[in-house]
Amino acid sequence: MVLKDADARIITETLGRPPNEVESAIFENLWSEHCAYRTSKPLLQTMPTRGDVVIIGPGDDAAIIKLSDGLTLAIAMESHNHPSYVDPYDGAATGVGGIVRDVISMGAQPIALMDCLYFGNLEREKNRYLFEHVVQGISDYGNCIGVPVVNGEVLFHPSYDGNPLVNVVCVGLGQVEGLVTGRVKTPGSKILLIGSSTGRDGLGGASFASRDLSEESEASDRPSVQIGDPYTEKLLIDATLEAVNKGYVLACRDLGAAGLSGASAEMCSTFGGRITLDAIPLREAGMTPREILVSESQERMVFEVLPEHVDDMLSLALKYDLNAAVIGEVIEEPKYIVECRGVIVADIPIKLLTEGAPLCTTEFPEVLPRQEQPVVRGVTLQEKALRVLSSPNVASKEWVYKQYDHEVQTRTMDKPGGGAAVLSIDAPRGIALSSGCNPTQVAADPFKGAAATVFENAMNLAVKGAMPIAFVNCLNFGNPEKKEVFYQLERAVAGLSHAARILDTPIVGGNVSLYNESEEFHTAIIPTPSIGMVGILNDVSNVPSAFFNHEGDAIVMVGVTYPEYGGSEFAELFGIGGVAPKPRVGIKTTIDSLVEAVETGKISAANDVGRGGILTALAYMCTRLGAKVDLSHCLNEETELFSETSGRAILTVDPGELNSILTVLDARGVPFAAIGTVGGEALSIVIGDSVLTLPLETIKRSLNILNDSMIA
Amino acid sequence: MKIAILRFGGSNCDLDVQKALNNLGAETELVWYKEVLEGFDGVIIPGGFSYGDYLRAGAIAARTKIMQSVREMAEDGKPILGICNGAQILSESHLVPGTFTLNQYPKFVCKWVKLLKIGRSPFTTFSSEIVNLPIAHKEGRFVVPSQLLKELYENDQVVFKYVDDNGRPTSSANPNGSRDNIAAVSNLEKNVLAMMPHPERASEKLLGSVDGNVIFESMISYMNTL
Repeated sequence: MVLKDADARIITETLGRPPNEVESAIFENLWSEHCAYRTSKPLLQTMPTRGDVVIIGPGDDAAIIKLSDGLTLAIAMESHNHPSYVDPYDGAATGVGGIVRDVISMGAQPIALMDCLYFGNLEREKNRYLFEHVVQGISDYGNCIGVPVVNGEVLFHPSYDGNPLVNVVCVGLGQVEGLVTGRVKTPGSKILLIGSSTGRDGLGGASFASRDLSEESEASDRPSVQIGDPYTEKLLIDATLEAVNKGYVLACRDLGAAGLSGASAEMCSTFGGRITLDAIPLREAGMTPREILVSESQERMVFEVLPEHVDDMLSLALKYDLNAAVIGEVIEEPKYIVECRGVIVADIPIKLLTEGAPLCTTEFPEVLPRQEQPVVRGVTLQEKALRVLSSPNVASKEWVYKQYDHEVQTRTMDKPGGGAAVLSIDAPRGIALSSGCNPTQVAADPFKGAAATVFENAMNLAVKGAMPIAFVNCLNFGNPEKKEVFYQLERAVAGLSHAARILDTPIVGGNVSLYNESEEFHTAIIPTPSIGMVGILNDVSNVPSAFFNHEGDAIVMVGVTYPEYGGSEFAELFGIGGVAPKPRVGIKTTIDSLVEAVETGKISAANDVGRGGILTALAYMCTRLGAKVDLSHCLNEETELFSETSGRAILTVDPGELNSILTVLDARGVPFAAIGTVGGEALSIVIGDSVLTLPLETIKRSLNILNDSMIA
Repeated sequence: MKIAILRFGGSNCDLDVQKALNNLGAETELVWYKEVLEGFDGVIIPGGFSYGDYLRAGAIAARTKIMQSVREMAEDGKPILGICNGAQILSESHLVPGTFTLNQYPKFVCKWVKLLKIGRSPFTTFSSEIVNLPIAHKEGRFVVPSQLLKELYENDQVVFKYVDDNGRPTSSANPNGSRDNIAAVSNLEKNVLAMMPHPERASEKLLGSVDGNVIFESMISYMNTL
């Protein structure tokens, strides 16, 4: 890929000469969509990013939010989609590595990972291969570096056939005192490169990520995929945190997209930087300055350090068996200068490089969402129920999360498989984490679907008693030069923002992954604005179980169900249309009331209603005990059991405490209904005139379908 | 009385073990593998991925200088506990018999298991017969030749087995294909214990179980008798 003509013209005009080969390569990578957000920036600027808890919002390696007076959380989210198609194992592994370095570069200790994965249907052998190796890549890398994968999502849809999505969220724990940012502070200070040697892997990865995948991608783009070394990453984590604790680090940045050129130019953009390539440890001989600058070899970081701390940093690197080199200094002049063997190979005004990329302007047409009403005939209720429960999108993902170490660091209270994760931090306080997306709802209506994505994650937190405080996003879309794709992007961003405002939960960071299209399959992915959300709990000992656990407990349904099937699992399975769930302002009140209800300590089990509707939510709760549910007043069994209206939850409570909980809900006017009792060996639902009875064994078998099929 | 918690590059349960022991009032110190191991009454080699599990899990760490010092302490009768990767390192160091290798289903497995106490050891002087602990490993399948297995039983060196809810070592309760469901094994003298499950991950009520503490407490009381 070469610079676009228009870009080359701007660069030539500003420099007063054409850029040389090295400079062109630097511009090509830094001005790519992946680094410069050229298409998406005007949209991203419309997001609500501020709030009382936000210390650092979008723009640095990770966002920083306030957890308590002394403690902060770092949170970052990124995609590694294109590399994971070409080389699923290394692509996914290095996705984990990159996001973890984004968190440590803020001086925070990485404490949790979440992975949102999207694949084509598993009937296709290639997709099984991608699925298996992506999970393996995450497992081998995340486990080795000792950061637990506590939550995530796996979804299957044919639009991901030639372009799977691998999105990773990392959360870190830091101290207000030890906060480090990615911008240099003092001219005259030195720049150090620490970590792995620099090789030819990942050459030009940023520009690779900014175009469609072609049929030859697997063979020809493999050099664009980085190879991970989790052992070195772990050493780098320990060394970086020790350096930060000892106060050596003025600024710090991870080498990710666009490699050394990206990290050093962005870091130095507050002043200027002069970089010398000669001291950089290389993995192979004969690498050109261009290759050294854009290589995306993993497990490398740049540090700004005062001259008197250079030796301390070098001995620290030696302790941890890491390469280290002084590679330049911060200069007053706002320039990015690169030198190699006494020759200046690049000399660029630094702001032109980091902020000069012209933004794209796109007009978009109004595309109306599908509105047909759902009709499913000739299928019994039992069959409908089992189809939904045994859909791989609904079924248990135990096969996946058993491969992730979700216990290391001994904070994980609520394990994967039970909704949001709960981590004990600064007990009795804690945080809850949720991640995911409802891409089929976004496809049905980008605005509503994106809002529903935010609401579902917020509800996941609320049923644990956690108040949502912030979220990050990863905007995965097709080629934005196509008007309908740009329309989806624009409406989805508006939907995320709308929901964020309703919940008063700022969007503190994110990542944009466009051009997710496959020449091989002639497909574009359905729009997938995935998010990772964090909430705070005042007392982790109140967290309810995700499963029915006490015979005789009363079951309470919170929220109202509307016929909103658009993009629901039911609609997808039975090929029907319908409207996507409407973003209702009252969800904020529902969330506040749920948190208050859980804080009473009287809720014995809780689950939010998400993909697969009420039936799925109930079935998941029936892991150990069954339930008798009475929905005989409901006229439409499909609506009641399968619609995916946002803002609903199921709670259980001891009958003696039922009134006090209902009073909490009633105080704010949150709609609810007592719908049944926990107990028995089956989930039995009376609905209208019919009765649906699913023995626990049947539920278990259905929900286990994905696990069984992967092991078989 | 002081316990050394060894740290190799890639150790990642060092701080978890330290937190669990500190909660029990023990004095601990993290010892980086390049440092001198001196003045300690016991050693814990924590879990993780020393040297990235490159070559074989534990193989490289077993050949470091600090493991020579561990061997000497073991010969002096001091208690040495290896957890997960620590167990693999002890096995690679030939401080315990048998080998931990790739799981039967050849993937990492993270889950809670029930363990039945079999043999007597300084690490298991508690009364309960069954403890709940999590495992998290990819190379945790214990293999041992039949003749040696017989000797292990004769010498009371099999310390824990994976069992089902009824305390039986069934194949469905075996998470990794270990020979005879063996989860932990000791040396002949019983002062070196290699166990795949993680007691430090079951050290607080909030984490779901405090069963791991009894193992550390046993180790501490044994050290007090030395």
